[in-house]
Amino acid sequence: MSLVATTPATARPAFLGKVGAGHILLAAALIFYPAVATDFFLTQIGGYSLIFGMIGLSLMILAGYGGMVSLAQITIAGIAGYAVAIFGLNNSNVHGFGWPWWIVAPFAMLLAATASALIGWIAVRTEGIYTIMITLAIATAAFYFAQQNYMIFNGFPGFNGLRAPEFWGVYWRDPVPFYYLCLGCAALAYAAVLYCSRSTFGLTLQAIRDNPRRMRAIGYHVTAHKVFAWFVSGLIAGLAGVLLIWFNGRVSSGTINVAAAINVLVIAVIGGLKHPIGPFLGAVVVVLMQTFAIDIVGAERFNTLIGLVFLVIVFVSPDGILGLWERLKPHLAQDSLRPGP
Amino acid sequence: MRLHRRSLLALALATGLTAPSLALAQDDTIKIGLLATFEGPFTVLGEDGERGALTAIEELGGTAGGKKIEIVKGSSDASPDSAVRAARKLVEQDGVKVLVGPLSGDEGIAVKDYAKTQPGVTFLNGASAAQDTTFRDPAENFFRFGTDGAQWMAGLGTYAFNDKGYKNVAVVAEDYSFPYTQVFGFMAEFCKAGGKVPSKSWVPIGNKDYSSVIAALPDDVDAIYVALGGADAVNFLSQYQQSGGSAPLIGGSITVDQTVLTSQGKTRDVLIGTPAAGPTADTNDAPAWLAFTEAYKKQPNAFPSPSLFAHAYYINMKAAILGLNEVKGDVSDGGANLRAALSKLSFDTPTGKVSLDKNRNAVADIYLTEVVEGPDGNLLNKLIKVVPQVNQTLGIDEAEFKALGAVSRDNPSCE
Repeated sequence: MSLVATTPATARPAFLGKVGAGHILLAAALIFYPAVATDFFLTQIGGYSLIFGMIGLSLMILAGYGGMVSLAQITIAGIAGYAVAIFGLNNSNVHGFGWPWWIVAPFAMLLAATASALIGWIAVRTEGIYTIMITLAIATAAFYFAQQNYMIFNGFPGFNGLRAPEFWGVYWRDPVPFYYLCLGCAALAYAAVLYCSRSTFGLTLQAIRDNPRRMRAIGYHVTAHKVFAWFVSGLIAGLAGVLLIWFNGRVSSGTINVAAAINVLVIAVIGGLKHPIGPFLGAVVVVLMQTFAIDIVGAERFNTLIGLVFLVIVFVSPDGILGLWERLKPHLAQDSLRPGP
Repeated sequence: MRLHRRSLLALALATGLTAPSLALAQDDTIKIGLLATFEGPFTVLGEDGERGALTAIEELGGTAGGKKIEIVKGSSDASPDSAVRAARKLVEQDGVKVLVGPLSGDEGIAVKDYAKTQPGVTFLNGASAAQDTTFRDPAENFFRFGTDGAQWMAGLGTYAFNDKGYKNVAVVAEDYSFPYTQVFGFMAEFCKAGGKVPSKSWVPIGNKDYSSVIAALPDDVDAIYVALGGADAVNFLSQYQQSGGSAPLIGGSITVDQTVLTSQGKTRDVLIGTPAAGPTADTNDAPAWLAFTEAYKKQPNAFPSPSLFAHAYYINMKAAILGLNEVKGDVSDGGANLRAALSKLSFDTPTGKVSLDKNRNAVADIYLTEVVEGPDGNLLNKLIKVVPQVNQTLGIDEAEFKALGAVSRDNPSCE
């Protein structure tokens, strides 16, 4: 597999043999990244980008393979996050049942995936812009509910003092372990999505995206396939949600507000929806911009700069950064750049 | 060929991720982080906080302990998550050893919790005024030279009951820890004097439509206590005015602040005559306050009179610089000497003397005010009375005060 695939739908016969150069180089760069990066760049940029890349990836599955654009992905991640806070330990003196992490984390993911399947089950009755609207409505409702409900979600302040687990003698929120934890989870999710996209299920899902009516006529259960795609996407968003909460050490309604929901969409669109690497590229660009724009133009107008950069990317290349790469390819293929005679 | 292309991408990615970390540190400057709300519903407030902080820096010559001050700004949107993220960037990336901020209530509590994980960094509060930022479970390295929201209400409850004659008051406030603290401070006095609060409406931050809140207000109340800030206050007041509401208002500290009083529109008609209390009063004629106002007005886009956010950031930034002066700008010991100096620091501010209690929370004067129309048509907070040296327990014995419980939607209550 390469970073330059245009249509992931194309089945490649020698897929495993082609894991090859691109992925190996990328993996090497990411594995040796801690050797050159400061703690801040390791977690606040590296880890954070990987986490948001995974949330973007969960959207990419739905939008890229299923043709369903969802704005509720951060809500699904938030459900996993709140589950960690409520069933694990927190120091806000609300709930905190103290389950061990190896129960809480899978449980939170499963809860998120189930919620995602439920949201999907409602949303698949609609198409196109209506799916966006219904998921936006769900995200907004969830945000306000979490903000005003003190019994379950502890309202505006949310939950504080959530600690990442400690095992094998390692505290997994320390910069280097946390980075590798995120990298491992992201790589797993990325590989799973790549594999899934070529599986019978993945191909069926893409066929449904392209022509649901024909697929139904052939005898496929269209709704079931779509809802299962939501479930898979929910698992990944849930995993990212657990990591996000360990990263922040806290969760509150601010984690799942509408701005955050839009953020995930921006990440996916900036990166490109045609290949699972897209959301990760998008996340790196978005996180770098959101962190450093304030140093470039000052506190008053930094959001304008962020918006302008995103506009330019989408204007130049409607397919995001992946699309930019597609445009650059012919230039890079010039003879002068070919290795050796 | 294929390999070549990929290696280019991988290289570009790797350099892009690491290059910005190659920042250089300089010896003759000292970095101070400034964390405020430069986005979201409290943007106007955050910008005024920045003006206050810059006023303090200019007043003290732009240096601290002989080193040139370099301000690094961080922005949040009033949510605790964004505040912690911005604080992390300032501390872990920009390497500030002194941080002034944040602005909003729950942000303060979240940053206090973060401060515990960064014992080598000294945090001074911005304008955040939730009670539990310093009162319960405080952090050793978090200082608040501004007072909290309950302290700001000193004198108001008694004044509303005795002088204004309000017996029944409905409450409309935002749904987070700062307004809880303000309502607590108001009701502590008001209920003690014999007043009743039959209804409390909590609205989310950033709410735009108040029609249902206004419709639900009881008819038989003598006044409405409003603790909303920034855009929320303006939205509520103009909608209340449009819906024909006529009950007199009692203001929370940031409801009748300059950030709201200077807004355009008909809100001014409902606001005139509104009593409130807070750490500042616009018509204060003490020379120190007048000098501060003059210095503040030199900042670009300044209000006619500094808001309490400008005031709070001014005081905390000034405390930071005075502390740094005392240790000659040396924070190489992880800031231990700086924190020792800050704990003992007591200085004269534009609003009287400020000192710290054992939880590192300020004891300072509070001003009882009423909104009037100034000579040039601006709305101003006229000084009614100064309540001297209010402490965090509002003069109540600490154990007894603690037993009142943490502030929340339902605490206190006197229906």
